Amino acid sequence: MTTESSGFIAPKFDADQGRKLALICSKGTLDMAYPGLIIGNGAAQEGIEVHLFFTFWGLDIIRRKTIHKLTVTPVGNTAMRMGSTSLAMPQWLGALPGMSSIASWMMRGKIKGLAVPPVHEFLTQISEAGGHLWACKMSVDMMKLTKADFVDEVEDIINVSDFLDLSRDGDIIFI
Amino acid sequence: MPTANIVGREVHLNDEGFMTDPSEWNEEIAAFLARQIGIDPLTEDHWKVIRFLRTDFASEGETATLRRISTLAGVGTKELYGLFPGKPARKMAYVSGLPKPKGCV
Repeated sequence: MTTESSGFIAPKFDADQGRKLALICSKGTLDMAYPGLIIGNGAAQEGIEVHLFFTFWGLDIIRRKTIHKLTVTPVGNTAMRMGSTSLAMPQWLGALPGMSSIASWMMRGKIKGLAVPPVHEFLTQISEAGGHLWACKMSVDMMKLTKADFVDEVEDIINVSDFLDLSRDGDIIFI
Repeated sequence: MPTANIVGREVHLNDEGFMTDPSEWNEEIAAFLARQIGIDPLTEDHWKVIRFLRTDFASEGETATLRRISTLAGVGTKELYGLFPGKPARKMAYVSGLPKPKGCV
């Protein structure tokens, strides 16, 4: 056994023990949903305690009715390029009927091509990895929603002071 | 590059302790590496994941991400976290004698 082994180095797999990350997801577009999901999932994979707090438009990411319908729009988005070129998509073109659907469809295709899961599957994966999903009380009240409006992975509806308790001594990222 | 003698076999490691030459790996080494990180013994479920990673690396040239394992190896995310707790993707790669996965999911 170990007597036959020498010169061995063990990786520091416990380097992130006790680390905590809280992500505030405030935007409900397809392009702004993914940063929180990817960072949150990545952190969970590193053994970091993760909390995703969905507020305002971000609630669309966890609502049963909208979770599969997140879109990205070229309108007003000067970073939207034509394919992989550096050419900006003309604003009049982005404003044509159906362009947001096409842009969203293309983005979903690209996400799938990278083997990144769709939004709901991603939330399930984060939850199964031990990550916590929370809905913001004030936004929920304002939009007249209830816990039943959200996917099962959402643990609860919490207020700001609950969120601050949960994220104490952790890193907080606002998206 | 550091080398180590693991169960009587010379292996190359990087600075973190991951093996750098997958061909130097064998099942005895896997069991040794697993013991170093508190996984003992390796059960049939562990081996299922390790064998998938080895086969997938041989055909794809890179280490499968957690997502790829959970969708293709038939072992769920929760189960993977149970088998290799804390940092599952890195630990699986480590025990399998492969580099850390490059993908993000």
